[in-house]
Amino acid sequence: MGATTEAELAERVAEADGPLWIRGGGTQGLCGDGAALEVVGLSGVEVYEPGALTLVTWAGTPLAEIEALLSGEGQRLAFEPMDHRGLSGAGGVPTIGGAVAANVSGPRRVQVGACRDHLLGVRYVDGIGQVIRNGGRVMKNVTGYDLVRLLAGSRGTLGVLSQVALKVLPRAEAEASVLIHGLNMAQAVQAMAAALGSPYEVSGAAFGNVSGERAMALRIEGFGDSVAYRASRLREMMGRFGEVALCDDAARSAAIWKDVRDVAPFHDAPGDVWCLSTRAGQAGDLAARLGARDLLLDWGGARIWALVAPGYDLRARAGAFDGHATLVRADAETMARLGRFHPRPAPLAAIEAGLRARFDPRGIFNPGLMG
Amino acid sequence: MQMPPPDRRVLSQKPQLVERLLQVLPADAVIHDPAETRVYECDALTAYTCPPMVAVLPASTQQVSDVLRICHEMAVPVVPRGSGTSLAGGALPTADCVVLSVARMNAVLETDYDSRFIRVEAGRTNLSVTGAVEKAGFFYAPDPSSQLACAIAGNIAMNSGGAHCLKYGVTTNNLMGVTMVLMDGQVVEIGGAHMDAAGLDLLGVICGSEGQLGVVTEATLRILPKPEGARPVLIGFDSSEVAGACVSDIIRAGVLPVAIEFMDRPCIRATEAFAHAGYPDCEALLIVEVEGSAAEIDDQLRRITDIAQRHAPVELRESGSAEESARIWLGRKSAFGAMGQINDYMCLDGTIPVNALSEMLRRIGEMSREFGLDVANVFHAGDGNMHPLILFDANKPGDLEWCEALGAEILKLCVDMGGCLTGEHGVGVEKRDLMLHQFSRADLQAQMAVKDVLDPAWLLNPAKVFPLALSADRMAVPVAAQ
Repeated sequence: MGATTEAELAERVAEADGPLWIRGGGTQGLCGDGAALEVVGLSGVEVYEPGALTLVTWAGTPLAEIEALLSGEGQRLAFEPMDHRGLSGAGGVPTIGGAVAANVSGPRRVQVGACRDHLLGVRYVDGIGQVIRNGGRVMKNVTGYDLVRLLAGSRGTLGVLSQVALKVLPRAEAEASVLIHGLNMAQAVQAMAAALGSPYEVSGAAFGNVSGERAMALRIEGFGDSVAYRASRLREMMGRFGEVALCDDAARSAAIWKDVRDVAPFHDAPGDVWCLSTRAGQAGDLAARLGARDLLLDWGGARIWALVAPGYDLRARAGAFDGHATLVRADAETMARLGRFHPRPAPLAAIEAGLRARFDPRGIFNPGLMG
Repeated sequence: MQMPPPDRRVLSQKPQLVERLLQVLPADAVIHDPAETRVYECDALTAYTCPPMVAVLPASTQQVSDVLRICHEMAVPVVPRGSGTSLAGGALPTADCVVLSVARMNAVLETDYDSRFIRVEAGRTNLSVTGAVEKAGFFYAPDPSSQLACAIAGNIAMNSGGAHCLKYGVTTNNLMGVTMVLMDGQVVEIGGAHMDAAGLDLLGVICGSEGQLGVVTEATLRILPKPEGARPVLIGFDSSEVAGACVSDIIRAGVLPVAIEFMDRPCIRATEAFAHAGYPDCEALLIVEVEGSAAEIDDQLRRITDIAQRHAPVELRESGSAEESARIWLGRKSAFGAMGQINDYMCLDGTIPVNALSEMLRRIGEMSREFGLDVANVFHAGDGNMHPLILFDANKPGDLEWCEALGAEILKLCVDMGGCLTGEHGVGVEKRDLMLHQFSRADLQAQMAVKDVLDPAWLLNPAKVFPLALSADRMAVPVAAQ
């Protein structure tokens, strides 16, 4: 069951008599109970104003279509949403609605913020089939409660996104990467903290198998001269951590960051995949005790991708830490046993359940997905 | 401004309430003498005043929790207050309320430069957050004009912005976690030193909820490394339209300045007379600031001045030194004070799409003539956040109401142009009754549903944000029935 207009979408929800499984491009390979409600038919860009850095688009619009349109004007979605297909093995086409619903953000998160930080407004269908608007299409807006951010990352459990308004940014004229090989985990985390604490506007800081071999990588983007200047300063600054290599070939640098964004090192590696969100400065200790087969650190260590043996309970191994662990790839039995999302403290679980009960009083949206 | 009538039952319980509050707070933290509660009768929207029944000054999260639990049990409304700098009446009391000021909670709890955050008590002032980290080369980015006085608690409540948010975002983009006390006294931790939400993004909806969902007592804030340097350029034009077009061209060219500020002639003249910043006498001027190393700044300013040249500027003054930069910013930073010297004024805060700037300025000019009230414009042009200042005479009967009527028309026009009623000041009481111009009833019901969950008795910061007619049912529900 699908919809090609917002009105149809609202109608499908209003007349539903049981659970709905809301699907964007389906690239995360998730499945759940309920009749599939496809949003991909609700597609197309409604408004694009390059001079105002704004894009308003229907939720089912393919990300590739949006990126091509923006690219034509020298702009981009700065939050760099990942393409899940390599990791999940699923087919489908990534959509903007899916990226927003799961708050999908890539390596540039450390500099420009997450998907939710670029979201200016939403339209969604609530659990009884009403179309609700929140936010708008302007950069600064504090009119009423901010349901925009609440909807971002709510994975369809509060409403079915029909339209999103996003802030776009200029595409960088040039980019380069600074690499250090041979660091251990603790050294890499320290080096990334030093780089991210510098004034050189690092737009990516990762550690792992990122360039065909294990390396700590930093990205710098901007106008050509500025990139050259900042890369050379970082190179000097990073010298105390190890031998520094500069990759100033933009295409090669872009390939490194696409690999980090899409967690490429784990694509063909057997095992379950977890994603941890944590305090950057403590990433070294945490990563070291996970017992993982392989690790990829992004966001200067604030995001840890871990490849582990099938069925392995990484949360139990991690113990208490500042943050949370999401099980991203596993078989159905493991997913059911360990749970996809980190258990919430009771008071927050109660608030979230209360919100779901108000936004979706019949409890029909993706039941059980988030709690 | 219509406010709900005070609840006589609540007023009659004042002695018992004070007695209970004194059991959990020291005597100097419970203010109940009507001569002293008057201090809290208003915030920076001084046109409206109402002394609260009681004001309290807790010094810890535990004390805040105790106060809220007592007020919850006795069904007493609570108005949270940061530094009281709201321009929207966000901290305006009701006669039957307890004002809860977090002013005594201003400690730095933790700094972590490796993870780039600071955790502070929420009563700490905005500027002193930067003050605590600047020696290590960091700063806290959101910079509302009131940053010397305003508290982080209020910044979170209103999701405050500032001149530099074009590059760095507003409060919500720089807030990582909070400790918050719910109306029933329960303390919750939301977010923390990690970067994204574990479940629903509750932090996202708490930021900007105008103190209606809980009282934030501690905050984890993202801090950023200070840029190597920053320098502005001042560009004067002989028409506002051309200045607006120049803003759009700068943004399209791929340069992302940290700030693009706009002032029109009435504002330029007033600030010049007040601050003597040496501004040119022209129709409109832009202050565009960029950051980076000296060479990077030169490069970006060259790109910007190239664009500006195509719009035939009447003045183009690139700062060559820290003194010149300070002079360029001096006028802009004293604009509100300057206007206040010459007149009473009301400051609006609507936002419009950047490409609608010229049209909006033209329409404001027309409305100003129609109402016979002067309007000066000073605003954050890069993100379309307008601050029209309507000049009026507070001593002239009816002038405030007439000014408010013009303000309402201008804000409605912002919405009609594709923008919104408030970009960074918040709704408060000031714009409450205009909300149905921007939202449908269903849109507002969805927002109110969030409050139903976090503050079921609707006791926190009553009569703000939502039109009274819409929220009346909820506010009338007795607590025992929840």
